[in-house]
Amino acid sequence: MTRLLGLSACAVALALAVFGAAAAVMGARLRRPELVRSAIAAAYANFALLLVANLAMVYALVTRDFSISYVAQVGSRATPLFYTIISLWGALDGSILFWGLVLSGYTALAVRWSRAEAGAVLPYALAILLAVGSFFYLLLVGPANPFGRMFPVPVDGPGPNPLLQNHLLMAIHPPLLYLGYVGMTVPFAFATGALLAGGLDDRWIRLTRRWTLTAWGFLSLAIIAGMWWSYEVLGWGGYWAWDPVENASFMPWLTATAFLHSAMVEERRGLLRVWNVSLVVATFVLTILGTFLTRSGILSSVHAFTQGTIGFFFLAFIAVVLLFSLALVAGRSTELRGTGRLEGVVSRDTAFLLNNLLFTAFTFTVLLGTLFPLAAEAVRGVKVSVGAPFFNRMTIPLCAALLFLVGVGPALPWGRPERQLLRRKFVPPFLALGLVAGTLLALGVRAPFTVAAFAFAGFALTANLGEFADGTRARRRAHGEAPPRALVRLVRSNPRRYGGYLAHLGVLLIALGITASSSFRTERQATLRPGQTLAIAGHVLRFERLWARQEPQRFVVAADLTVLRGSTSLGRLDPRLNYYAASAEPVATPAVRSRARADLYVTLLAFEQDGSSATFHAYVQPLVIWIWLGGAVIAAGALLALSQRRERRSPGGERLPAAAQAEAR
Amino acid sequence: MTPGSRRRLVLAGGAIVVLCGFGFLLYGGIGENLVYFLTPSELLARGERAYDTPVRLGGQVLPGSVRWDAEALDLRFRLTDGTQTLVVRSTGAPPQMFREGIGVVVEGRYREGGVFESTNLMVKHSNEYRPPAPGERPQDLYRTLLGEERS
Repeated sequence: MTRLLGLSACAVALALAVFGAAAAVMGARLRRPELVRSAIAAAYANFALLLVANLAMVYALVTRDFSISYVAQVGSRATPLFYTIISLWGALDGSILFWGLVLSGYTALAVRWSRAEAGAVLPYALAILLAVGSFFYLLLVGPANPFGRMFPVPVDGPGPNPLLQNHLLMAIHPPLLYLGYVGMTVPFAFATGALLAGGLDDRWIRLTRRWTLTAWGFLSLAIIAGMWWSYEVLGWGGYWAWDPVENASFMPWLTATAFLHSAMVEERRGLLRVWNVSLVVATFVLTILGTFLTRSGILSSVHAFTQGTIGFFFLAFIAVVLLFSLALVAGRSTELRGTGRLEGVVSRDTAFLLNNLLFTAFTFTVLLGTLFPLAAEAVRGVKVSVGAPFFNRMTIPLCAALLFLVGVGPALPWGRPERQLLRRKFVPPFLALGLVAGTLLALGVRAPFTVAAFAFAGFALTANLGEFADGTRARRRAHGEAPPRALVRLVRSNPRRYGGYLAHLGVLLIALGITASSSFRTERQATLRPGQTLAIAGHVLRFERLWARQEPQRFVVAADLTVLRGSTSLGRLDPRLNYYAASAEPVATPAVRSRARADLYVTLLAFEQDGSSATFHAYVQPLVIWIWLGGAVIAAGALLALSQRRERRSPGGERLPAAAQAEAR
Repeated sequence: MTPGSRRRLVLAGGAIVVLCGFGFLLYGGIGENLVYFLTPSELLARGERAYDTPVRLGGQVLPGSVRWDAEALDLRFRLTDGTQTLVVRSTGAPPQMFREGIGVVVEGRYREGGVFESTNLMVKHSNEYRPPAPGERPQDLYRTLLGEERS
C-alpha cells in the first residue's frame, strides 16, 4: 500500500513535470497565459506529490516495512528511530527521492517568489526547472526506484551504513548539501530561461545572483558541516582529505563564489555576460557531475560503473545540459555582448577579474585531480590515485593569493581611484601584514606558506574591518550617531555590501583555523596500561580503564581517559570503537575536547581483549573551532546580503542598490 | 583599433598566458604526485624504478609473519599476493581490525634494502556489508570486557 502510494506519486510527478515543461514553453510562445498557469499549478502539485512520496518512505522506514526495496536495503529493527528517519538520505535511491523533494520545493518557491520580477522569463525558467525535475523523477520510477517490491519479504535488514548512524551531524550535513546542490538549479533555470526568452536585460543577473546566493549559503554551511562530521567521526584527526566526495561538493562552491563576484562587474559595467552565464551553467553541471561521481560507484573503480545503469543516465543528462547551454549561448551571442568597458588598472574591476581567474584555476585543479584517476584507469588500465600532496601543492598558493585579494578587493574603489584614497585605504592593511609576518618570523616560524597565509589573513582582516570602521566613522560625522548605532545603521543601509564583507570575515576565520591547525599540529601514539600517562603539547592524558557496553544497535568498547594539567583533573575523554551488527569492522569515534585555543583529539586505535592495555592516537591542533564558527559567519553574511530587497535604477542608468548610490557619491 | 578593444586583447592575452603557465604547473604537479596502486608482484616487476616512489600496495598479511612491538610502536609483517612476498615495516599502531591473513593496503615507499616502509596502513574493506563470521562477533571477542562491566 505504502509502496504503491509512493511509486504512483513519483510517476504522476514525472507526467506532470513533462506536461508542465511543455505547457510553459507553449504558453509563452503562443501567448496563452492559461497554459503557463497550468504549468505553475503542475509545479505546485509536484511539490505536494514529492512530499507524499517522501513521507510514504519515512513511514515505511519507521514501520520497518521490509517489503519495500529501499527499507530492506537500509532499515533494520535495531536502528533507533532517529537514525531510521534520517536513513531516508543514507543510500542512493532514497537520496534521489529526497533530491526530488528539494528540487520540487525550490521550483515552487522560485515560481512564488520570483514570478513578478521574472516576468516573461518565468515560463522558460519554469520549463527548465520542470525538465530537470522530470530527469530526477524518471530516475525514481526507473533505475533508482526506492519503492521496489521485495519478495519474499525479509525479516530484518542490515541497517544504514555504520558511518551514517554514528553522529548527529548526519542529520544536518546531507540536507544542507542538498539545499545547496539542488538550489543551483534555480539560477541555471533563470539564466538559460532568460536566454530562451530573449531580450536579455539586467533582470537575469539579479534573479540568478539572489538564487545563487541562497544556494551558496547552504552549500557553504554544508561543506563546513561535512568537514566537522569528518573530524568528529572518521577519527584521523583531520577534516579535509581531498577525497573525491569532498571535491565534488567543493567545485560548485568555487564556481558559484566566482559568479557572486563577477556578477557585480556585470551589474556595474555591463561586462562579462557570456562569462557569467558560463559560470552559472558550470556550477549546475558540476553539481550533477558531483552527484554522478559520488552516486554511480565510479569512484571505487571505473568497472564498478558498468554494474549500475544510473551512471549512464547522469552522463547523458550532463551531455544534454552542456549541448543545450552551449547552443543557447552561441545563438544569443549578440545579446550577450558587453555594453560597458573597464577603467583603471588599479581598481576593484581588476581585483574581480583576478578573483575570477584564480577561482577558475582552482576549480580546474580540483577537477583535474578528481577525474585524473578515472581517466588513467579507463585509458591506460592502471589504478592510480592523485595524492593530497598534489592538491596541497597546487592550491595552497592559490589560497594565499585569494586571501590577499579578499583584502585588496574591498579596499579598492571602482573606476579610477585617486592616489591619496589608495594610500589611506592600504596603509593599515599593509602595516598589519608586516606586523604579522614580522612577529611570526621572530617567533621562528619559517614555512613560507604558513607565514604568507597568516600575513595575508591579517592584511585582509584589517582591510575588511576597515570598511566597517570607515563607514561607521563617516556616518558618525554626517549624522552625529553614536558608534554602535552608526554601525547598525551602516550595515542596514547596504546589507548586500556588508553581508559580503561579513562573509569575508568568515572565510578569514576558516583560513586562520586551517592554517593554524595544519601548521602547528602535534600528534603522538602510545600503548598504555591502566594508570599510565601520555603527555602531549602541555596536556597529560591518564588511561583509567577500558569498558564495554551492548547498546540496541551496536556494541561499544571505550576507554576512560582523564585530562590532567599538573595534578588537577580538567575532565574526561572517552574515545570509542563502535561495532555494528552489519559489519565486522569497528567505527572509531574520537573524543574531542574543543577550546578556543586548541582542540585535544584522542582516538582509540586498538586494545587488548582483557583490558590490560590500549593504544591511543592523540592530536593537539590549535584554532580548529574557528573553522566551524567561520562557516556560521559566512552563512550569516549570505543571510544579511539576501535581506536587501529593493534595488532601484540610478539616474546615470547604472543599476545600484539604493544605499550604494549614496555611498558611491 | 580602439583603446577598449586593445585593452580587452591585452587582458585576454594575459589570461591565456597565465592559464597556460598554470596548466604546465598542473601537468608537472600531477605527474610527480601520482600514487600507483600495485600488488607486490607488480612492484617487484618494476625493478629499479620500484624504489623510493610513493605507492599503494595491496595484498594479504602472511600468516605467522607479524612482529609487533607495542612499546616502540613498530610493526613488521610480510605482505603477499600469492606469488610474491615483501617485508613491510610500519610505524604506528595497526588498526584494531589488523590480524594475520587479512587484506590490507599500505601506503609508502619501497626502499633499496628490500623493505617497504609504510606511513599508512589500511585494512581493506568493501562497501558491501557482510555479517561477522562466527568468532568475529564483538560479543565473542570481548566477553572479558563485558564480564568486567557486569561484575
